[in-house]
Amino acid sequence: MTTAFGNDGFVVFDHVQKSYDGQTLVVKDLNLSIGKGEFLTMLGPSGSGKTTCLMMLAGFETATHGEIRLDGRNINDVPPHKRGIGMVFQNYALFPHMTVGENLAFPLEVRGMGKAERESRIIRALDMVQMGKFRNRRPAQLSGGQQQRIALARALVFDPQLVLMDEPLGALDKQLREHMQYEIKSLHDSLGITVVYVTHDQGEALTMSDRIAVFNDGRIQQLAPPSVLYEQPENSFVAGFIGENNKLLGTIEKMDGARAVVRLTTGELIDATAVNVSGIGQRTLVSIRPERVEFKPELMPSDAHTIDAQVRDVIYMGDILRARMTVAGSEDFVMKFRNTLGQTRLEPGQRIRIGWHPQDARALDPV
Amino acid sequence: MQNALDPHAAIVTEASGGAATLLTTADGQPLARALARSSARARRRAFLLVAPLLLFVVVTFVIPIGQMLHRSMYNAGFADNMPQVSAWFQENPAGTPIDEAAWGALAADLQLAAGNRTIGIVGTRINYDVPGTRSLFTSTGRKARDGFPPPYRDSLIEADAKWDNPTLWRAMRSASSAYTANFYLSSLDRTRDDDGKITTVPERQQVYVMLFKRTLWLSLAITGMTFLLGFPIAHLLATLPMRKSNLLMILVLLPFWTSLLVRTTAWMVLLQQQGVLNDIFVWLGVVGPDGRLQMIYNRTGTIIAMTHILLPFMILPLYSVMRTINPSYVRAARSLGATSWTAFRRVYFPQTLPGLGAGALLVFILAVGYYITPALVGGSTGQLISNMIAMHMTETLNWSMAAALAALLLGGVLVLYWVYDRLVGIDNLKLG
Repeated sequence: MTTAFGNDGFVVFDHVQKSYDGQTLVVKDLNLSIGKGEFLTMLGPSGSGKTTCLMMLAGFETATHGEIRLDGRNINDVPPHKRGIGMVFQNYALFPHMTVGENLAFPLEVRGMGKAERESRIIRALDMVQMGKFRNRRPAQLSGGQQQRIALARALVFDPQLVLMDEPLGALDKQLREHMQYEIKSLHDSLGITVVYVTHDQGEALTMSDRIAVFNDGRIQQLAPPSVLYEQPENSFVAGFIGENNKLLGTIEKMDGARAVVRLTTGELIDATAVNVSGIGQRTLVSIRPERVEFKPELMPSDAHTIDAQVRDVIYMGDILRARMTVAGSEDFVMKFRNTLGQTRLEPGQRIRIGWHPQDARALDPV
Repeated sequence: MQNALDPHAAIVTEASGGAATLLTTADGQPLARALARSSARARRRAFLLVAPLLLFVVVTFVIPIGQMLHRSMYNAGFADNMPQVSAWFQENPAGTPIDEAAWGALAADLQLAAGNRTIGIVGTRINYDVPGTRSLFTSTGRKARDGFPPPYRDSLIEADAKWDNPTLWRAMRSASSAYTANFYLSSLDRTRDDDGKITTVPERQQVYVMLFKRTLWLSLAITGMTFLLGFPIAHLLATLPMRKSNLLMILVLLPFWTSLLVRTTAWMVLLQQQGVLNDIFVWLGVVGPDGRLQMIYNRTGTIIAMTHILLPFMILPLYSVMRTINPSYVRAARSLGATSWTAFRRVYFPQTLPGLGAGALLVFILAVGYYITPALVGGSTGQLISNMIAMHMTETLNWSMAAALAALLLGGVLVLYWVYDRLVGIDNLKLG
């Protein structure tokens, strides 16, 4: 997927920096190239600089340093209304004093479009989001999900090449949010537009994106497709931010290429893959996904190191079982296993041996 | 219907079958009665809470305004003190020649009023309608202590020839009835001619209609000025960071904390012909030493001073509305392709209308009734109708006239309020 996008540089951030107060950088040296037709998500905790990046792209903030290019053109000095970028806001920002139809007509009117053409576009955009019947309603008469659809239709009605979305689903309940994720994704696929999407919800980012840029502290921590991001996090921030994660602290005992053996602070040895550690003796934080932890010897490699674990409690979650265990002094080590017919039932207090494939445990920089 | 959702409402069992379905509670009482009983306590308590305010409003607002309205069409100054001639007017319709009986009644009444020392009140009442007649009553009253001998017509005319004046008798006839619309007619520069028809008063006596028009025009101008000056300030207040906007807010409210007189006097110092502003103009050479501008004691002075004083009433409602307008609306408009002017005109401004409506209504209503500032800085061309009301209250003591003018002003404001409600809707009003 990475190769399909990113090389034609439809949207380019070139050494972009942003400071509000002249003393601290909110965005520190951002370099990002987004391909035409790509769905790129900026993911990160609040204050990580992701929204600032989106606002700079939309033209509501100016870059303190660096260049932002859209389709090869430097847009640093282009005012927002001349950028031709559609935008969906967190609170929808539907004009409360206009009907749905008037809201959709607004971008077309300011472009001086004729009435007949306006009509056909409004009807097409409303049909696209299945809101054709709501044309004469006011935004206040619509539910959150309906307002969201209208906001989407309004951002798309003037056929922008690039659409920005700033946490557009934040105010919806879980079920509606999942449904809208699917709809936005399918609109993206059918229209072939480029989408830059900002969210702090990692589940949303994983389901929708072609690539995800994980932001923290004003920098992109990792830029990768969802599966790579989840399975091969490059540093402990990404590992901790995306999905659930077990962390074990130790030092590198042995290294053979990427394969490493780590001695934990409590003395046990575990298998791991060296990611951003350089040599023997270095301190490291090993991160293992709960669903990759095994307790049946037949599911582990034959030469795997195993360590002691004591079950503290098991939560029945329907499709899976979630066991919380004490492992190497850590009381919050989590293991998830499928709720299959005949699955071993673990009891609180039970002692087991656990292990994993070396490639599932990633030895990262210690925080 | 709302009460049906009342959590205190009893459990409902619906009597099934039959056309007349009466809802009852679980123990068989009619639902409506049970509900009334359960909510009565809460209602009583709510009423007791508002009772002090209600009492206050009734005592200080409803009763005085009611009295004022009553006084505007009721003046018993003549009817009460001149009973016999009033009775004669009652019995003989308008147009009846004044006979000896009428003169006799008048003579007897004059003697009575002189004895009761109420002749002045009677004279004042007639003086409202026929200027210069108060002295006629008092001087004749002095001669009436011992009564007039018949024939009464001749003795009264002998006492003062002015008694033989049809206009005077017409005025007495209209004053003989305590209830009269005359004060309203005068308030509109109208009067009754010799045949009792309503006509306009001579041009040089016309003053009220012109003053009403001027009050309306000046109030509109002041409202417009406060809007032009207040809108940008309110916007700045709403968009600045909290610390700076608090500071600015203090500057806006500063006039509120100063006495009205002090503020008005400050304007005198600034604006008068030998004042600060004129000195600066002369120093800059904008005007010559002989061409100092007249900026106070005229209409300009009234507009400047009142705009300043009423400005906060425009800014505060605007500010409270603007603060709630999310900046993302304008951003959305910009991203949709609107220039900043279009975004302001079509997206931002329409959303400030509730605040603008409230501010404009407040400023206008206050301006229409403003008294002290025009009195101090208005000169002769900057006087408003309220100054005329004050004059009738304190100088001519014609309270009925003052009440009629005030009632017309009140009516005008109510009409305006109604028009506003029809055009914009009162529910759209946002005072804060």
